[in-house]
Amino acid sequence: MSESITVESLSKCYEIGVRQRETQLRDHLVGLLRAPFRRRERREIVWALREVSFSVQEGEVVGIIGRNGAGKSTLLKILSKITYPTSGRVRARGRVASLLEVGTGFHEELTGRENIYLNGSILGMKKREVDAKLEQIVEFSGIERFIDTPIKRYSSGMRLRLGFAVAAHLEPDVLIVDEVLAVGDAAFQKKCLTAMQNLRGGGRTVLFVSHNMAAVENLCSRGIWISNGQLRLDGSTHDVIEAYMASFASAEDASSELHGIEGRRGDGEVRYTRVEFLSSGRELQTVTRSGKSLVVRLHYRANQAIERPCFGFKIFTEMGTLVTDTSTWLHGLDIPLVPKGDGYVELEIDVLNLLPGRYYFTLWIDSCDTRKDYDLIENAVHLDVEEAPIYPGATRRIDSRYGLVFFPQRWRLEGIGHDAAALEVPPAANA
Amino acid sequence: MPLNDNIRVAGQGTRRLAGPGPGAVFGVACALETGKHVGEWLSEIWRSREILYFLAWRDVKVRYKQAALGMAWALLQPLLTMVIFSLFFGRLAGIPSDGVPYKLFSYSGLLLWTYFSVTLAQTGNSLVTNSQLITKIYFPRVLLPAASALAGLLDLVVGSVFLVALMAYYHVVPGWSVLLTPLFVAQTALLVMGSGMLLAAINVRYRDVKYTIPFLTQTGLFVTPIIWPVSYLPHRYQLWLALNPMAGVVEGFRACLFGAQPLDWTLVGCSWAITLLLLLLGGMHFRSTERVFADIV
Repeated sequence: MSESITVESLSKCYEIGVRQRETQLRDHLVGLLRAPFRRRERREIVWALREVSFSVQEGEVVGIIGRNGAGKSTLLKILSKITYPTSGRVRARGRVASLLEVGTGFHEELTGRENIYLNGSILGMKKREVDAKLEQIVEFSGIERFIDTPIKRYSSGMRLRLGFAVAAHLEPDVLIVDEVLAVGDAAFQKKCLTAMQNLRGGGRTVLFVSHNMAAVENLCSRGIWISNGQLRLDGSTHDVIEAYMASFASAEDASSELHGIEGRRGDGEVRYTRVEFLSSGRELQTVTRSGKSLVVRLHYRANQAIERPCFGFKIFTEMGTLVTDTSTWLHGLDIPLVPKGDGYVELEIDVLNLLPGRYYFTLWIDSCDTRKDYDLIENAVHLDVEEAPIYPGATRRIDSRYGLVFFPQRWRLEGIGHDAAALEVPPAANA
Repeated sequence: MPLNDNIRVAGQGTRRLAGPGPGAVFGVACALETGKHVGEWLSEIWRSREILYFLAWRDVKVRYKQAALGMAWALLQPLLTMVIFSLFFGRLAGIPSDGVPYKLFSYSGLLLWTYFSVTLAQTGNSLVTNSQLITKIYFPRVLLPAASALAGLLDLVVGSVFLVALMAYYHVVPGWSVLLTPLFVAQTALLVMGSGMLLAAINVRYRDVKYTIPFLTQTGLFVTPIIWPVSYLPHRYQLWLALNPMAGVVEGFRACLFGAQPLDWTLVGCSWAITLLLLLLGGMHFRSTERVFADIV
């Protein structure tokens, strides 16, 4: 086997603030007039990537993981030649196709068929290749009936199908894929994963970025973890995912401070400061159990008075699957004003319907009016949900093998015949 | 399999960059060099010619979608302008037209000018309107302005049909020199491409270009011999006209089409020189800035 991609001490920096300031020539001129002899002021520089080096063998499928803003997308953009590194170099062997978005270049007014040609061509297929594969592409997309309809009439799901169908028929030596599976329904996701697995079987080199840890674990033989623009860990998928997950919220307490957290976004006019998991009696709850009550208290600090903010959080599984997203906005709660200073909001959960396992909380505060993010911390804290006798009368162990959630439920056996009614388990018989 | 060096980077050569650190004060723009040789640059464009075709095809297909009159607009734009100009400048102002009927005279000029002005605006904005593509996929960036310049030619062809009809109506029979007219059409396209590359590249950083182009083309309509013939201008000003490349294009186009006036070689020569210069300048500027398009667009 030989090396397919070689990345040597790749760095990329961006100047921030420059874009807004100098988009107009006028500003440039005004700056020159005001201080013609002053050296240009120091600009703030952000390193999106710092000295990243690795190499990928032919046929390897590598998953690249890391938080948002860690530099994964910049890395992929450099590998795809979309943007150029500040220093360092990249070598790639053979035909490289990159899929940073599904359906790049789709035009609303064109039909599905026309868009297949346009998209295929932009992705690097020759016209005769598209001609030859057109039927397969249409079949894969599963939207034969609408293939001659302008795609502005398509649903987002149909667009996605069409885009992925084209992408799945590329035959590159190296495929670079960015988080394209995050959208789409489960059946289609599965189809895409299978398509990608076929790529793997075909001896192609694949670089894959995803937040879906299950997909990464299934598909990739190797993982690369990027953190703050640097390569944090490179090794077997399992080890890298485990280390990555363990890096989140190391505070085991029911109360987690949120000061030193990296990769936090939003403009910070109001920020979460602490998360507490409490009992219904408002005492710190060190052990949270399935089926019991829980109060999530979110402390915040507002650096100024905030009008109409909206508080919320998402709960993810260890594998990155979204379990639920809840917010004051979804509940129709209007918070006219949050005064400057500290405060907290609470979410009361009467019955925590989560099965045992570790769950990650992504916290956010945004503006109800502009949807501007004030604060956004991905996987800020985690909550370990412990086993508990969930179903009255049963003592079986119910763990994460049985799913993510359970419902208040009961089995009825009257339909079996005999004297079945007598078999119904009376509630709390053995409790 | 050839090991193709996909990305060349500043810092390998003479200019070694400082490593990342708090003291490093330089941005993306100054850290990049033009990586590829001109030859590589051109051969990559040649290899990607199918993308050019599809992008131009897209522009053509989409242009008159959901317009009730459809392609007729390609004809109506110069036609209506011609009617109005004939009334005001030809009839009321009595501007001469070198022995050719004024309607035919102004339409022939407007045909080229409409292509030039409409396409220049599209070419100049091509990178910004396609920023979605630039930030998501790589292909030779120059194909975007090129596709715009190419797609506009279809309108020109449609408009030419009416030009032929108009000539038949006035019994203007062209000589052999009519075979040279495609040369002037090609020159217009090259002119659009040269200035378009320059404007498009600047537009990525300075959106002022977007507002400059309409102003340029509006003014250009009057300082180009479209509604008036070169002979209408006092002789001492005619030399200045040579600085406007479109003047030579329009004048040469008419001379070859109608055969009523001899070809003004000075004007046409200057015009070609400026066209090629703009093409070179536009190409060089485009090439030196294209690496940062995705970062700043």
